[in-house]
Order: sequence, then structure tokens, then C-alpha cells
Amino acid sequence: MSPLPHYGRGDTSLDTPHGSTVKRYFGRKLLVYLATLFLAVSVDWLVPRFMPGNPIQILVARANLKAESAKMLYGHYMQAFGLDLPIWKQYLNFWNALFRGDLGISVWLFPRPVLQIIMDAVPFSLALMLPAILLSWLAGNWFGAFAARSRRLDNTLLPVSYVLTSTPYMWLGILMAWLFGIVLRIFPFSGAYDFGMMMHWSWAFAWSALQHWFLPFISLFLVMFGGWAIGMRNMIIYELESDYAHYLQAVGAPTSLIRRYAFRNAMLPQITGLALQLGVIVAGQLVTEIVFAYPGVGYLILQAIQNHDLFLLQGCFLFVIFGVLIANFVIDIAYVLVDPRTRTGMQGTG
Amino acid sequence: MAVFKQKNEIVYFAVQNAKLRVGLLVVCLMVLLAIIGPMLTDRQPREFVAPGPLPPSSEYWFGTTSFGEDVYTQFVHGLRATFIVGLLGGGLGTLLGVLIGFTAGYRGGIVDEILNMFTNIVLVVPSLVVLIIVVAYLDVRGFLFESVFIGCFAWPWVARAVRAQTFSLRNRDFVDLARLSGMKPWRIIATEIAPNMLSYLLLASILQFGGAILTAAALDFIGLGPTNAVSLGLMMNHAVIYGALLLGMWWWFIPPGLAITTIVGALYVTNVGLDEAFNPKLREM
Amino acid sequence: MSLEVRDLTVYYQTLRGDVRALENATFTIESGEIMGLAGESGCGKTTLGHSLIYLAPPMKHIGGRVTLNDVDLPIADIEAMNPHRFRDVSIIPQYAMNAMNPVRKIGRMTEELLRSKGVDYAQIRPELQRRLDLVRLRPDVMDLYPIELSGGMKQRMVMVLSTLLNPFLLIADEITSALDVASQKAVAQMLVEFREQDCCKSAMVITHDISILYQIADSIMIMYAGQIAEKAATDTIIHEPRHPYTKLLISTLPEIGAQYTRKRLQGIAGKPPLLLLPPAGCRFRERCPVADAKCVQTPPLLEVEAGHSVACWREVERRAQA
Repeated sequence: MSPLPHYGRGDTSLDTPHGSTVKRYFGRKLLVYLATLFLAVSVDWLVPRFMPGNPIQILVARANLKAESAKMLYGHYMQAFGLDLPIWKQYLNFWNALFRGDLGISVWLFPRPVLQIIMDAVPFSLALMLPAILLSWLAGNWFGAFAARSRRLDNTLLPVSYVLTSTPYMWLGILMAWLFGIVLRIFPFSGAYDFGMMMHWSWAFAWSALQHWFLPFISLFLVMFGGWAIGMRNMIIYELESDYAHYLQAVGAPTSLIRRYAFRNAMLPQITGLALQLGVIVAGQLVTEIVFAYPGVGYLILQAIQNHDLFLLQGCFLFVIFGVLIANFVIDIAYVLVDPRTRTGMQGTG
Repeated sequence: MAVFKQKNEIVYFAVQNAKLRVGLLVVCLMVLLAIIGPMLTDRQPREFVAPGPLPPSSEYWFGTTSFGEDVYTQFVHGLRATFIVGLLGGGLGTLLGVLIGFTAGYRGGIVDEILNMFTNIVLVVPSLVVLIIVVAYLDVRGFLFESVFIGCFAWPWVARAVRAQTFSLRNRDFVDLARLSGMKPWRIIATEIAPNMLSYLLLASILQFGGAILTAAALDFIGLGPTNAVSLGLMMNHAVIYGALLLGMWWWFIPPGLAITTIVGALYVTNVGLDEAFNPKLREM
Repeated sequence: MSLEVRDLTVYYQTLRGDVRALENATFTIESGEIMGLAGESGCGKTTLGHSLIYLAPPMKHIGGRVTLNDVDLPIADIEAMNPHRFRDVSIIPQYAMNAMNPVRKIGRMTEELLRSKGVDYAQIRPELQRRLDLVRLRPDVMDLYPIELSGGMKQRMVMVLSTLLNPFLLIADEITSALDVASQKAVAQMLVEFREQDCCKSAMVITHDISILYQIADSIMIMYAGQIAEKAATDTIIHEPRHPYTKLLISTLPEIGAQYTRKRLQGIAGKPPLLLLPPAGCRFRERCPVADAKCVQTPPLLEVEAGHSVACWREVERRAQA
């Protein structure tokens, strides 16, 4: 994982479709995603089998259920895992269940199905993650571009951005929670909404949810912002050194035109950079949710660990991997749409 | 002759560069603190030295935790752990990246395709989630495991850049010349290709070091790092769990995060400064 | 109508001091003249070319004036020079093949560039088409991205673009260097054609390849280590050079058909001086076969006959004796 988005401008030929057709580009990407999915599911299936002893017995015993429930759960999982079946059949059954959307039943929150628990947490995670990513990306790029042309802004923005991008997500979360939540008491710092409330549609609920949302959001936003700002600033400077920028300068084009081209061109690696940062962003989201006890998938993972609910944990794992792959794919599509060269699909000819 | 002059030139600019000087200074100070810090106290990190939580004083420089453990002791021991994991994890990541990237770039063809596929897969996967699964089931802890794990997921960045550089260097005229004059491949690598990549490798390893520290902090914070030893991430973990926020025990949770921010920030700044020293185009007038 | 350059001096600011890249350049380019600018690498020809159109840091204007039709060109002022760029002075850069924005369709980039310079795009469209025909580019090239063209096509496109407003002076910086011999001929002829068609009034062709200049240039100016050595009509430079450096330079050119089995190719012994701390006076004196003590002073650029200037003390002496 590399926190800095502009790490190594080196080889982007696999990120971008230049010199090959859009079909080949997507074909290659899909292959990687499918292979990843395959590997992830296999790892997920394989790892429990390395536990010493009978994994299901251990898991069920840890759950501390009443005898009847325990017996039912044990039976369910024996069937689901099919430990009495030959290995290859177990593997296929696992895939089978996956396709049916059956991620098992939670041990901790028995008898709720894992998928349902996860789906309850997903909206919270998305509500936090998507605005944070989007807004930090936009704001970071904008400020970074500005810093590339204003010495004064550069001298203030750059150090601030470096500090922000070096800050561990959880620490900024802790600072925010402490400063604004406890010391200054402006925002709540725990949970997604007021304790007494139930989830329902009303202004009061919406307001409470917004207040609870703000601190974790801003903490994610700030760290990411730093990285984008630095990256964009460097990309713009790089673009302004390119031959086309020099040519436009030499023929007297106004700086506004040159800047506009530089900005547009610099956005492209920032898009691929977004895809490459997804792993870091997921990790950041996870720890931030933990700090704020925000009931998203990240917090769910923590609770699953603490409560030894390994089926829930597995479900979360697969879910996150799947989500990341989809996000990657969406960004790939976005890139193809934004970079017009991809649609020509030709090598230089003449 | 030309290479000799070039090296001197780089050293000249390196020494001049303010960012490099300041960044390196800060990192060295923190390393010094990590080495000497624990020697300045005879307390143990987990020792109960006070009845309960106490603010910083001349007796307890960084105060004490909810259980009466000395925060300063925990801090300096945690600092040591952080540096060790950063070095091991970052080092492994760089090494793997160089090996894989170089092999892919030099061999090309099917080897390149396969390694590329592999690189992309590792890149796509969010490593934290994989670690969670592995640790949760297998209950493996310890600094070595953590470092190896971090290294095993950090290498793709280096690999891609090294591969690209190898590709471009492989086809350069001076390499062709060496090949034509009958030089053995490993000699070509050692004398013609490697020196040109050294500057990049230095930059990359600094970034890897910083990245490893951040990753380790996240892992420790979740509770998936070594639990018997102290680390900065674990300190923050405990601080949150045991209500330091609510009790306003800022001396418990501010130093660990501040230390990480400082070290990583200094590493990044050093990196920028080094880049400027290596790359003539970046030097300010 | 002419472009007059008088005592133009431009240095490069570097961390180690000022590099004296161009020293007291004085010459005139008349309307209709294609002047070749030749010399070794580092002789200052690119500096001269660039200072006429875009003099920006690290280049520093030390002294001298440039006038176009008796109007001062504010080359030292980046802002003030802008209206003159593209209209009065234009350039085909050395990197012409990369000079277009790779992420913009050529037509769109052209339109945006022209609009930004205050040109009515709709009005100039037909002329643009005509010029594309002139350089034998398909009209649909405007719908393509630069990546879809070959190197030669891109260069021709930039040639059309740079001359669209019929500038007085077109600076062509090493436009044939990256091409094969056949393309070199085509591009060189295209340049002459441009002048015929009034796409530009005059041109300054910067190159190290004198054979191209022999084909298309009306006059050639030879530079050495930042100083002008000699300027004269092409035939004069090739057949009757006067400056010692020019003489040596011409004599080192290999002849087609000649065989060098017995005699080795001659070069000029020595190396050009570093311009950070150049020698005083004539910078060629250390390699010059006819140098003497007087050459520690910079020789004046003397017009020995109409349209023929030489910077050499031997010429001054010869004139004094005559």
C-alpha cells in the first residue's frame, strides 16, 4: 500500500489502453479481476481449514449459545461446509452458495443471515466513503492545480498537504473526536445517530445522522485531500513542462489556455491513481469507523473479530473484495470515457 | 569519468537541499529517540508504576495510562517497534519489488505477462482485509509476521516502476553496445543497468519505509499486530478502548500519532529533497 | 521590410553562474530571405532562435535590440511580446512532433488556439484547408488525435499551424534533424513553397546540416561559441568563405562520390570552449590556424562586401591594406 498517490510515475501502460484497443484493455482488466475474485474466494475457503481441530466445533463453542441453538448451528454449518464430503465437492458447494447469495448465518447475531447484517451496514459505509472520496478528490485536485501556479498558495498548501497525507487515519479521527466531540462539544463522536432513536425517515433523524456523520467524514476527507493535492500539483507542473505547453507558450497562447490543457491532461493519471488507492482508502475507512463506532462494514468487521464470529468476518471479507473489484471496474470505465485517445484504438500510422 | 563527476554533483546538490537536510535530521532525531529513549528509564512498558491515570509531570514525562503504566516508556518502546517493522516491511517490499519488476522487465515475453498479472492482482486486493482473515483464523502474531505480511503486499508499486525502467534501459544504446561487445548478462546488469536505477531505488525504499509504518499502525490499531509487545498503533488502540478520549487523557493518544505523522512526513520531505538532488530539472533556481 | 537584430546578447542563468550563450549578434533578414543558421552544437543558434520569440528564464536578456520593420520587438518582456508571437514571429520547434496536445483532437486544438489569439475561426477555415492541401495532409486530419498521425504528418501540421497568420519571420528549429533523407528533402522544399505562397515572408532555418541549407537557403549565417562568425549568400559561404572557421567547416564536409580510402576524414582539432567562462575576444582563436595576439580582442563584424559580413581580424587587416 502506498499512501502517496503520485508514487512512481513509472509504468502506466497497464493502466491505460494506449497502443491497444479498448477491448484488449478491458479484457486484460477483467481477467485480473476474475482471477482476484477466484483467489480471494479460494483463500476464504481455504484458510479455516488450516485451523487445528474441527473448525466448526471451535467456532460454535466460542459462540456460547444454548445447547439447542448450538446444535442447530453446528448442523447447518456441517452441511454448508460439508466437511464430510470430498474436498472438491466442498469447494464447489462454497461457490454454489456464493452465487445464491448465501453467506451463512451469523454466530454472534444468530439467527440472522450474514448477508443481511452486512447489507444493513453497507449504507453507512457508503454514506461515509463516497462523499469523502469524491469531495477530497475534487477539492484536492482543484487546490493542487492552484498551488502549481501560485507561489504563495504553494508555500502554504504543500506543507499542509504533506502533514495531512502523513497522518494516520485513526489518529486524525481520534483528534477530531476528542477536539470537536469532547472538548468543544460541537459534534457527536460515536455511532451514526442518537442513541435513543430508531432508523426512520424524519427531519430529526436526518439531522442527527448528519451530525454524527460529520466528524468521521471530515477526518477521512482531510487525509485523502492531502494526497490528491500533492499529486495534482506535481502532475500539473509536469504537464507544464511538456512539449505542447512549450509550443503554446512560444506561439503566444494565453496562460489560461495552457493551464486548461495542463489541468485536463493531469486529471488522467489522477483517475488511475484513484483506483490504485482503493486499498489504502478501505483501510482508512475501516479504522475511522472503529474510532467513531460508526456502524459500517468496517465496524462490523471489528465486532466480528471481537465476538469470534468468523462467518460474519468471512462474509465481510468477500463483500469488501467484491466491492473493491467493482469500484476498480467503474474507474476503468470512467478512464476510458475521459481519455479520448482510448477510443481511437490505433497505433500511430501514416 | 563522467559518472564520477555526476556523483559529486549529486552530493553537492543533496547537501544543499533544505528539504533533504531537514527531513533527514528529523528522521535521525526520531531514530535516536528510539534507540536512547528506553535507556533513559528503568521502567517496563507494561509495568504498573502509578495508581491510575496521571497527567505529564517531572516524574512521569508523558503521564500514565488508565492502568498506571508509564506512557513515556510505552512510547519509546513503541517507537523502536515502529522503526523495526518499517525497516523490515519496507525493506522486504523493496526487495521483492526489485526482483519481480526486474525479472519481468528483463525477460519480457510470457514471464512478463504472468508477473504482470500477478502484480495487478496483488495491487487490487486491499491487503488489510486479507490480513484480517489470516490472523483471525490462524492467530499468528509477532513483529516478524507483521513485517513479512506488509512487505508481501507493498512490493507492486516498486515492481511496476522497476519494470518500466528496466524496459527502457534494456534497449538503450549503451546496453546494446555492451551486449554486442560480448559482456555477460549479469555484468551488463551490474555495471550498466543497476547504477541507473540506484537513484530510483533509494527514493522508493524511503517511500516504502514510510508506507510500512502507516500500514503497521493501522494493523496494530485494529488489534491484529503483536499483542504482547508495545507499538504506537497499539497504544492508540488501548487509549480508545479504555476511554482516554472521554477522560481527556491527551498525553496517551497524542504522542503516538504525532510521532508517526512526524516520521512519515519527514520521510516524504526527504524523498522530495532527494528527488530534486537527483533530477536536475527539479532543482529550484 | 526587414528584421534587424543589433548586438543581441543573451545569457543563461545557472547555479554556477551565467553561461554566455549569445554575444553581440548583429544581422538583418530581408523580406523574402531564407537565412540558414548553422554551427556546431552549443554554438548559440538555438538560443538565438528562441530569444527572438520566447525569451524566458533561465534565458536572460543582457543587451541589444530587435526591430521588425523599424518597430521595436519587446523580446525581453514576455507579456508585451505576446501579441507579436504567432503573428509577426512564429516557430516550428525542434519537438514539433510532440507539439500538439495529445488528448485533444487536432481540429479542436487548432480552433481553441486560434480563438484564444483573437482569430475568427470560421473566417480562416477555408485558408486552413488550403494550407493543408499545400502540405498534402488529408482534410479529415482535423478530426484525428495526434497519436494517429505519423511523425512527418505531425510536423507538417505544426508547420501549417505556425504559419497560419502569415508571420514575417518563421523560425524553423532543426526541423529536418529527426527525419530520413527523403523526408528531409520534402520538408525543406515545403519551406521554400511556404515562402513562395506567402505563408511567411522570411525564414530562419536553424540546423547543423549545411547540405540542406545549400538546397534552400538564400544566405547562411555561421555561428561559433555564441558569436557570429560569418554571414553571406549561400554560394559565397560554400565556395568563397572568408572566416577561418567557415573555411575549415566547409572543408570538413564529405563530398558525395569522393572516396576516402587513402585519406581520412578531416575534422577540426580541439573542442569549442565552455561558455561559462569563455575566453576573451574571438572564441575561435585557440583552434584557429591564423590567430595571433590581436585576437584576444573581439573582432568587429565587418561587412566586407554587400551582404557579406565576417568577424575576423584578418579581414580587417585585409581591408586596411586594400
